[in-house]
Amino acid sequence: MIISIVGMKPGEVGTVTDIQGGQEVTRRIQGMGIRIGKKIEKQGSHFWRGPQRVLIDSFKVAIGFGMAEKVFIKVERNGNK
Amino acid sequence: MEINKILLIGNPNVGKSAIFSRLTGAKVVISNYPGTTVEFMQGYIKINDTRPAIIDIPGTYTLDPTSKAEEVAVRMLKDGDLAINIIDATNLERNLYLTLELLEKDIPVIVVLNMWDETKHKGIEIDAGKLEKALGVPVIPTCGLTGEGIKDLVKHLPKAKAKKIKCLTDEERWRHIGRIIEDVQKLHHRHHTFLERLEDISIKPATGIPFAVAVIFCAFWVIRFVAENLITYVAEPFFEKLWTPIAMKASALLGSGGFLHDVIIGKLVDGKIDYTQSFGVFTTGLFVPFAMVLPYIISFYLVLGILEDFGYLPRFAVLADNFMHRLGLHGYAIIPMILGLGCNVPGALAMRLLEGRREKFIAATLMAVAVPCIAQIAMIVGLVGQRGGGYVALVFSTLGIVLIVKGVILNKVLKGKSPEILMEIPPYRIPQLQGVIKKLWMRISSFLKEAVPYVLLGILFVNILYALNVIDFFSKIFSPILRNVWGLPEGAIAALIIGFLRKDVAIGMLGPLNMTTKQLVIGSTVLAIYFPCIATFAVLVRELGIKDMLKSAAIMLSVAIIVGGLLNLILRF
Ligand SMILES: Nc1nc2c(ncn2[C@@H]2O[C@H](COP(=O)(O)OP(=O)(O)OP(=O)(O)O)[C@@H](O)[C@H]2O)c(=O)[nH]1
Ligand SMILES: [Mg+2]
Repeated sequence: MIISIVGMKPGEVGTVTDIQGGQEVTRRIQGMGIRIGKKIEKQGSHFWRGPQRVLIDSFKVAIGFGMAEKVFIKVERNGNK
Repeated sequence: MEINKILLIGNPNVGKSAIFSRLTGAKVVISNYPGTTVEFMQGYIKINDTRPAIIDIPGTYTLDPTSKAEEVAVRMLKDGDLAINIIDATNLERNLYLTLELLEKDIPVIVVLNMWDETKHKGIEIDAGKLEKALGVPVIPTCGLTGEGIKDLVKHLPKAKAKKIKCLTDEERWRHIGRIIEDVQKLHHRHHTFLERLEDISIKPATGIPFAVAVIFCAFWVIRFVAENLITYVAEPFFEKLWTPIAMKASALLGSGGFLHDVIIGKLVDGKIDYTQSFGVFTTGLFVPFAMVLPYIISFYLVLGILEDFGYLPRFAVLADNFMHRLGLHGYAIIPMILGLGCNVPGALAMRLLEGRREKFIAATLMAVAVPCIAQIAMIVGLVGQRGGGYVALVFSTLGIVLIVKGVILNKVLKGKSPEILMEIPPYRIPQLQGVIKKLWMRISSFLKEAVPYVLLGILFVNILYALNVIDFFSKIFSPILRNVWGLPEGAIAALIIGFLRKDVAIGMLGPLNMTTKQLVIGSTVLAIYFPCIATFAVLVRELGIKDMLKSAAIMLSVAIIVGGLLNLILRF
């Protein structure tokens, strides 16, 4: 199942499959270490469309809601497909 | 080949400044959050008989010349003779991207594996020898905190050669990195440490917000406690017991009156020196910076330094992100504001890290209006505090409300949207006593060198302006605004004039005016709002451009008129 970072549950792990931002945004996100093929763990999110926190390898990144919506992740979920 | 210019280049927060300071002995600010260094710093190192310059470049994730900061970094590469690429050994994969980009350039590269000490307790095992082979350039493990590995690094400097590998595409680079990582790095499982649990607690909204409130509360309490004790037990006794007798002798020698006497000692109150009223260069001029402001500088920067080194600021920024969006900013913008509480100048410089012109404009205007520096805060606490703590709270809550209201309005009025936060959150690190003290001393000495002379100059200036009747002249012109809008005595114009130079002196000048409490509250609030001091102004002109700065200044003046006027209408005491 493919969802955005926003859709991930806290503690869920998945693989980045796509980043659908403009070129510059995509580059910034990738430069930060969130790039296609990378495993990331969602750590949590802040209310009112606040920043999303993810763990990549051993470092943590806070990414704004709108940007996080553009990063798509493949996750394994049992039950619902 | 002769090496003249060595560049320190790497991702943010990997320890570039720590290594820079080890190599050159130069004092620079080192803190545990990305974006500490915003200006190029230059120092020198001795290699055999040469003295090449070393340049500490602000952190960058890539050499992609689409962003402004990186453009400059790339340009710097052109005239560098050697690049020391500092990488965070605990984040090898991401850091290596920049390394590969550097290797493609025609410049000798030495790779420094910093944070080597942290790999051990993070369960990361790196084979530095293999990495050296894979990259084809020297790889030196170091610890910026202890200086381990620095000697080794210096030894390698003259031997570095350019590698100039062929340019790769993004994808190829990452694949190449993947292979290297596979080969040189092993990860071991390990348990979460106490600090890591604290990281979680302090950033999850449910626990992080109460935690932040507690941190702010403790910070204020400690700052006040330390400063007030320094004032009561050190600074005041020093002036009363030691300085007053000397100054009184000087006063007698100068004939207890006249222009020279008034400049040096000031006006005597009931035949005695009153440090908050006399306004001589060697009485009030020394008392304000050393007995009123310095204690707060010491305590504020002590607490700030500990929070910076611990790594709390980026977490606070994430928690504040939502709130900051209402003001047209994102969470990271709170970091320049916090720095601005110490002194608006470094705050204004740190605004370079904000993405766009709109964001910079909003942040700068908000800071200049509603974020008083610690020197100003100390004076408000000292002066307004004499009338009661509630009034001090009134001044600061007014500024807080102004900050929010003005931010919300600017966000609505200015075209565009606030950009989003994208920030690495570093691990917590236990602050090192030595590092904290070194940084504190840097900040104190910059206050002594860059602020104290202006305070003295300000007081000298006041005396001259009074003697030349310039103040009387301006009082007449501006008394309608002062009296009718703000309800202040004409004499307050002198404070507004000096406020361009130093805000602390300006607030101090309200002291001898025999103001009512209401006037004092309005006077200090207006002084905080109406304009930044000259030093901040100069930096903001450079950072925003003169056009935006003039717009910003117009906003500041109008806000001062409106807020001062409202207070004058509303307050009843
Ligand atoms: N444990 C450990 N901490 C280090 C080491 N080197 C630096 N630090 C800490 O890491 C943090 C960042 O160091 P800086 O020197 O400010 O990093 P920088 O690369 O200059 O950061 P920016 O200027 O923000 O790009 C500080 O808290 C340092 O005390 C090291 O080798 N080991
Ligand atoms: Mg630095």
